Amino acid sequence: MILPYFIIIPLLAAFIITLIGGKKDTWGIALSIAAIVIMMVLSIYSFVIGKTETVTYSMSNWDIPIGICLVQDALSLFVLIIINIIALTSLLFSIQYIRHLSPDWKYYALFMLLITGMNGVVLTGDIFNLFVFMEIALFSAFALVAYGGKAEEFEASFKYAIMGSVSSVLILVGIAITYATTSTLTMAKIATILPQTEPIVMLMIGALFMVGFGLKAAAMPFHAWLPDAHSSAPAPISAMLSGVLIKALGIYVLMRIFFNVFGAVQIFKEIFIVLGAISIIVGVILALGQWDMKRLLAYHSISQIGYILLGMGLGTYLGLLGAIFHLLNHAIFKSLLFYNAGSVEIALGTRNLKEMGNLTKVMPISSSTSLIASLSISGIPPFNGFFSKLIIIIAALEVNAPWVAFIAIIGSLLTLASFMKVQRYGFRGEKIVEKIEDKIGLNMKIAMITLAVLCVVTSALIIPGIREVILDPVVNVLLDSSKYIQMLVGS
Amino acid sequence: MIVYILCFVLFLVGLYGVLTKRDLVKIILSVGIMGYAANLFLILFAYKSDSFYPILTEGKENLSRVDPLPQALVLTSIVIELGTTALLVALAIKLYQKYKTFDITKIRRLSG
Repeated sequence: MILPYFIIIPLLAAFIITLIGGKKDTWGIALSIAAIVIMMVLSIYSFVIGKTETVTYSMSNWDIPIGICLVQDALSLFVLIIINIIALTSLLFSIQYIRHLSPDWKYYALFMLLITGMNGVVLTGDIFNLFVFMEIALFSAFALVAYGGKAEEFEASFKYAIMGSVSSVLILVGIAITYATTSTLTMAKIATILPQTEPIVMLMIGALFMVGFGLKAAAMPFHAWLPDAHSSAPAPISAMLSGVLIKALGIYVLMRIFFNVFGAVQIFKEIFIVLGAISIIVGVILALGQWDMKRLLAYHSISQIGYILLGMGLGTYLGLLGAIFHLLNHAIFKSLLFYNAGSVEIALGTRNLKEMGNLTKVMPISSSTSLIASLSISGIPPFNGFFSKLIIIIAALEVNAPWVAFIAIIGSLLTLASFMKVQRYGFRGEKIVEKIEDKIGLNMKIAMITLAVLCVVTSALIIPGIREVILDPVVNVLLDSSKYIQMLVGS
Repeated sequence: MIVYILCFVLFLVGLYGVLTKRDLVKIILSVGIMGYAANLFLILFAYKSDSFYPILTEGKENLSRVDPLPQALVLTSIVIELGTTALLVALAIKLYQKYKTFDITKIRRLSG
């Protein structure tokens, strides 16, 4: 049984790192990279052999409605693979970046706890257990945002911590009402009992979960913490937060609860569409005015999350396919853009676009990979972002919602405009930058090149033969929740 | 029913504090109050009047019992809240060292 090891390995790594860390970061780096590589291989292996079936694991061998169970299906494995790939590149990028802040193992221990929390949220089948894992991930995220120890970082972390706690309390109240009406905490069991209760209960729980997890996903009215937290954190952590955390804690849980447990109720899908449309437009307009590169990228996260919500809200096969595909693509190109911003910050000591200049000669890898990522995020054809946005737009036209398609197109154009600004001022500006000291190490370059290659390679997922093997099982989990519920009967 | 309403009022008191107070410590206390309200809510759902604690004792097998699961959940949730509060207080101390104030309106280098 591979399932529990996705939680055991990072948790164990975190504790061993704290025990044998000493004063240097050698053990921290070695252990955390080993743990992540093992988990990446395991997650890809389990996706290859078991993507069409639902596997459950009962902790301590308690029967399913009584004990806590872990559930593995195509959706959770897909998110698990994204988490571990981004985490590996983020660790590679961290090795040198974090040495500028402190030569210590604490960062790696916290990083492993972050991975534990996210893997747990993705795998668990028990709604209160999900809450506990979510808190583990959030705690380490608060600490990692403040890791640099500057005044702004504490400010951002405090803001994030307050917003996070408020949303957690709302989620806890939601769980309490769920338990009071259904007398169970196993999500599959809730899914069978909830349709028999009064509709008002589902609306109440839905509203609480929508606000709680929407806050974690930073959809538009709940976004206030994101630009501060994501722009103040160290660059590899910004990549983790923006690329993975808001998806594992926000989008994944929203998909699981609203599609598998509640069974895709029409009113919630309409709310998703409205939230998505507002996020796309307002996020990108706020991003246009930014001159701080990381803050600009953080606002774009809000806007891109909007696309995923829009795809989810459409709720058809194509819409969900676009949402799932965009989830993968956004994780890849947004992490890459944060690495680019981080490498420029290390080399030039600034995040202000006006102070950068022509970096194509002095930082060839950062500037060329940033061009690839910018083209991907603005949806230019050979790269992955184009295909996922195209699928979402086609899905909108298919269900006769032309205004949704129109908003998606406008958002994409404005994204292109703001990334023209990044390229024009940040990497290909007029100011000639003198020869700079080469502070960008080999690891950082490997991390950036890997993700840039993935930007191109993942667009192959749209080819019918490959799509049927990789993306279709994931979409089927969302379209047909009976399989997720059947795990109760099966065991 | 009245206890549920009072519990909801307690929750709103916490929310009001988070939204309107300017002092970091008062905000942290308000988050704590919200958490207490949520925990109380869970416990209230488990409570039944004229019932007995859920431990098997001789001679009391036939009594009706309160639901033990929410009590276990509340214990977990209290530990999590302790962690949150400790982290928030640590951040508040650091913020005081950097900005020399607890006033949230003066702690605003990040904006835009």
